[in-house]
Amino acid sequence: MKEELKKMREEALSRLKNAGSLDELEELRVGYLGKKGKMTAILREMGKLPAEERPVMGQLANQVRADIESCLGEVKKDLEEKAMEKRLEEETIDVTIPGKKVNLGHRHPMYIALDQVKEIFVGMGFDIIDGPEIELAEYNFDRLNAPEGHPSRDWSDTFYFDTDSRVMLRSQTSPMQVHAMETRKPPIRVVAPGRVYRKDEVDATHSPMFHQIEGLVIDKGITMADLKGTLNTVVESLYGKGTKTRFRPHHFPFTEPSCELDVQCHECGGVGCRVCKGEGWIELLGAGMVHPRVLEMSGIDPEVYSGWAFGIGLERMAMRRFNITDMRLIFENNIRFLEQF
Amino acid sequence: MRLSRNWLSEFTDVKDISDKDFAQGMTLSGSKVETVEHPGEEISGICAGRIVKMVRHQNSDHMWVCQVDVGEDKPLQIVTGAQNQKEGDLVVVARDGATLPGGVTIRTGNLRGELSCGMLCSYQELGFSDNDWPYSVVNGLFILDTDPDLREMNIQPGDDLLPVLGLRDSQIEFEITPNRPDCLSVIGLAREAAATFDRELKLHTPVVKGSGGDINDFASVKIENPELCPRYTARMVTDVKIAPSPLWLRQRLRAGGLRPISNIVDITNYVMLEYGQPMHAFDFSCVDGGQIVVRTAKEGETITTLDGKPHDLTASMLCICDEHKPCCVGGVMGGENSEIIGDTARVLFEAANFNGTSVRRTSMALGTRTDSSSRFEKGLDITATLTAVNRACELVEMLGCGKVVDGVIDVYPGKKPQTTVELDAGAINALLGTDISREDMVKILTKLDFTVTGSTVFVPSWRGDVERLCDLAEEVARFYGYNNIPATLQKGGGTIGGYSAEELLEKKVGEACRSCGYSEILTYSFVSPSALDKIRVPADSPLRNQFKILNPLGEDTSVMRTSALPSMIETLCRNRALRNDSVYLYETAKIYLKTDGDLADEQRILSLGAYGGDCDFYTIKGAVETVLTYCGVEDAEFSPLTTDAAYHPGRCAKITSGERTVGVVGQIHPQVAATFGSDIPLYCAEISLSAVMERRNTSKLYHELPRYPAVNRDLAVVADVNVTVGQIEKVIRHAAGDLLEKVEFFDQYRGAGIPEGKRSTAYSLTLRSKTGTLTDAISEQVMKNVLDELKEKLGAVLR
Repeated sequence: MKEELKKMREEALSRLKNAGSLDELEELRVGYLGKKGKMTAILREMGKLPAEERPVMGQLANQVRADIESCLGEVKKDLEEKAMEKRLEEETIDVTIPGKKVNLGHRHPMYIALDQVKEIFVGMGFDIIDGPEIELAEYNFDRLNAPEGHPSRDWSDTFYFDTDSRVMLRSQTSPMQVHAMETRKPPIRVVAPGRVYRKDEVDATHSPMFHQIEGLVIDKGITMADLKGTLNTVVESLYGKGTKTRFRPHHFPFTEPSCELDVQCHECGGVGCRVCKGEGWIELLGAGMVHPRVLEMSGIDPEVYSGWAFGIGLERMAMRRFNITDMRLIFENNIRFLEQF
Repeated sequence: MRLSRNWLSEFTDVKDISDKDFAQGMTLSGSKVETVEHPGEEISGICAGRIVKMVRHQNSDHMWVCQVDVGEDKPLQIVTGAQNQKEGDLVVVARDGATLPGGVTIRTGNLRGELSCGMLCSYQELGFSDNDWPYSVVNGLFILDTDPDLREMNIQPGDDLLPVLGLRDSQIEFEITPNRPDCLSVIGLAREAAATFDRELKLHTPVVKGSGGDINDFASVKIENPELCPRYTARMVTDVKIAPSPLWLRQRLRAGGLRPISNIVDITNYVMLEYGQPMHAFDFSCVDGGQIVVRTAKEGETITTLDGKPHDLTASMLCICDEHKPCCVGGVMGGENSEIIGDTARVLFEAANFNGTSVRRTSMALGTRTDSSSRFEKGLDITATLTAVNRACELVEMLGCGKVVDGVIDVYPGKKPQTTVELDAGAINALLGTDISREDMVKILTKLDFTVTGSTVFVPSWRGDVERLCDLAEEVARFYGYNNIPATLQKGGGTIGGYSAEELLEKKVGEACRSCGYSEILTYSFVSPSALDKIRVPADSPLRNQFKILNPLGEDTSVMRTSALPSMIETLCRNRALRNDSVYLYETAKIYLKTDGDLADEQRILSLGAYGGDCDFYTIKGAVETVLTYCGVEDAEFSPLTTDAAYHPGRCAKITSGERTVGVVGQIHPQVAATFGSDIPLYCAEISLSAVMERRNTSKLYHELPRYPAVNRDLAVVADVNVTVGQIEKVIRHAAGDLLEKVEFFDQYRGAGIPEGKRSTAYSLTLRSKTGTLTDAISEQVMKNVLDELKEKLGAVLR
């Protein structure tokens, strides 16, 4: 019996090692260790042995069984690895073939620029407000210190709905200053984006409808230094830390002192180039301290309160940001254009 | 405003400052420099030359071979085709390598066998016009000694000609804001420059010697509309000799962008450029009755202005008239009937002050905007008129072109006291956020010719823009330097900041649309009146009640839209025309509805539009469903809508949520699509964002996740074709009750096996109980209930 076990062990180990597949291996396992297997058969014979031989033979049988199982395990692992390798090789694909397309729509570039500005101001404690585009001349002009006779009120510049020039399409977002002063109490911090309309023929840099964002701050003790500090922060958020600005005196009827803010040309760094038309600076916005007469007309006492306001043209801002050379593209809505953003 | 730096030097010495620094300094103190130009900068290599000998070219019947002395040992041989020169003439020589305007380079060459070492120039070739050199012939060489002023300069062969021709100057173009008409003059800008660079301003008071007589013996002035003409000042010149102006005067006009004409006219233009006060000169022999009447025109009166254009005048237009007729449109342009011409002998100089708005409206109505009207319309210094007429008369005497009659007519009904403002240094610093000393403020104001006495600031007459403290603050800030004002952040003002509910909704809508593959468009708020016809809106629809622009740019942009659908269809068709195959678009915008009041009800809407690819009704409906669900409208229902003529009657649904109409979705009616130029199906949807706002559920709460398994049952039923899936689903939901988790339509079928007029539709039902695993018996009971109710209510039977 001892010989028989040894012989079987040799034979089993040899056959296991030569097994070519997991199926064949399973067949061998059943053939040796299964209920009807050779090992089981031999072990069944154990009962017939004399009692004193049984422990020795039992130990030997267990050893043989353990050897077979261990060999089986090793060979199985080996075969499984090979099978996995083969599978992986078969499953290899060309990963450079493009991925399955998910069609996402695109935000319009003007609104991308607007979103960015809005976000900056919301972060600084400004409310975003909206108001009428069909507006009274009283709000668009009179109460912004542009009385009857002011050139911007001409029919050649502004769209009107009545012969008395009383109801119009707002020519600026500035009437929102008046609405804000009317409906809110200081401290006021608002920005008002929206559509504005001027009687400009369509060309590469003009459109009869465009967008502005207006800003207004009113509180006690607001200074021109605050205007500068806030707008400098905005410019740094828009164009990166350390972006240089300069403030130039300018004129708007509803602010005094008034200014325009230039940003150092991103293209040439201020030396002068095609983008900045040789000036080294690019005009970004108009601003100023709210004219005391404007405050008075909206019932705010200029002796107690002061404020500042600004306005930015958004199409030109978007055009600069995205290198768009013709404003007509903004309103053409060609999908090939929109898909670029 | 164009400023010659040479001219500027007469009033303040800033010659040491480079053009670049000058431009920057002026820009930062408020006079924005647009461009800096150097006339003649393209010209190089030219000099004076004297023709010492000229002979006919042997191989040409019109060319001359000239020997030209250019101040060197040997004369240069130059061939010319010109005929107006003779030996001894001083001419302009462009030598080998010389450059001329227009990128021309002169080279030594051979002209029909004769060597030519350059070119003899005409003044046109140097970039001049006929008005610049009135003594020179128009066609031919520029003979320098024909001009009396050049002759006196004793120019020698070889001399550099650029300085004498006025081509060594810098011309600065300024953008002057409308509140500063005083800066539309050399003196005004000189004052700004002197203050900017801290230099002395040297002004000159005109001195007129006079030749006796009394103007009042010749002329009288009457103002009938003092509100339109608060001041009219006049002086008279007799024994006028009309001739070209001297070179220096012509060159200054040219530098200021004006055309020299003749001495008297040039003098009025010179004074305008110098002082900013427009003037006019009448040939007084043409002023009937010797009386100037300043009045508005009478209905039916006409005038032909100096540019030769006839105009009908209206009662709002101020004119300078004689006894009988208008001779000049006040502040705009003179009339031909009293024009200065060659034999003019007696001249009346006018310097007046006109109402700015009136001048602007008149000039617009006549379509004639002049250097004069563009100054007057901003409101000019009322005190300047007297200085201006005196300066003109001083120039007359200087030029020796007439005798100035003693006396001035000065009708001045609009005299006003000088403006004063209290100087409160603390308040100015509080407004600017600065700490500027009162002393420095006074210094800045004084440089600008404000007078400070005690705490009172007397505002100079030309500064109509300065009325109160904030205006003084701007003056102080300009010269203290805007960029020297500190940058601070206002103290926390107790505001939090944020988006409005409408803004937030629009944000969500946009996100949902883009996730569905729709790209955002931006279209005009105004459209053509025919836009509503094109989408077949009925004549009695409230949408027909539109805001109409009375002065639109054009018909296509003349009414405010009450529907965004035409813009969307148009945009789709434009994309189709641009050969874009598959296009998915959305727009969030406003429509403008009439109200009882003056203003519009501006409604926010979402429009969607799509075509191409595998797009069909259900594609766009899917997007609408996604957008609505994402925005919180969970109970949207779609029902067939056959009455919207813009849409295909069989492929259009009304969207409702509860009682509220949310919008419409469908395929555009093929005829409508064709009207817009589309030959393929277009799909659109219009959603009211205020309806979405009203109907959305914003309180999302957690529902316990299911603990027991679901039972899935598929169901196919046969019903009449006009029974909709929506109706069947509604019945299924009702009949299955609480145990129904969801029902999903998945198939429809008509044809073999299904009777004519019937349709089979199939649904997948998910049943689940919250309290335990569903038994077959219960599920069967639910399905039975469903079938019973379907049969009872819709006549639908199990397939």
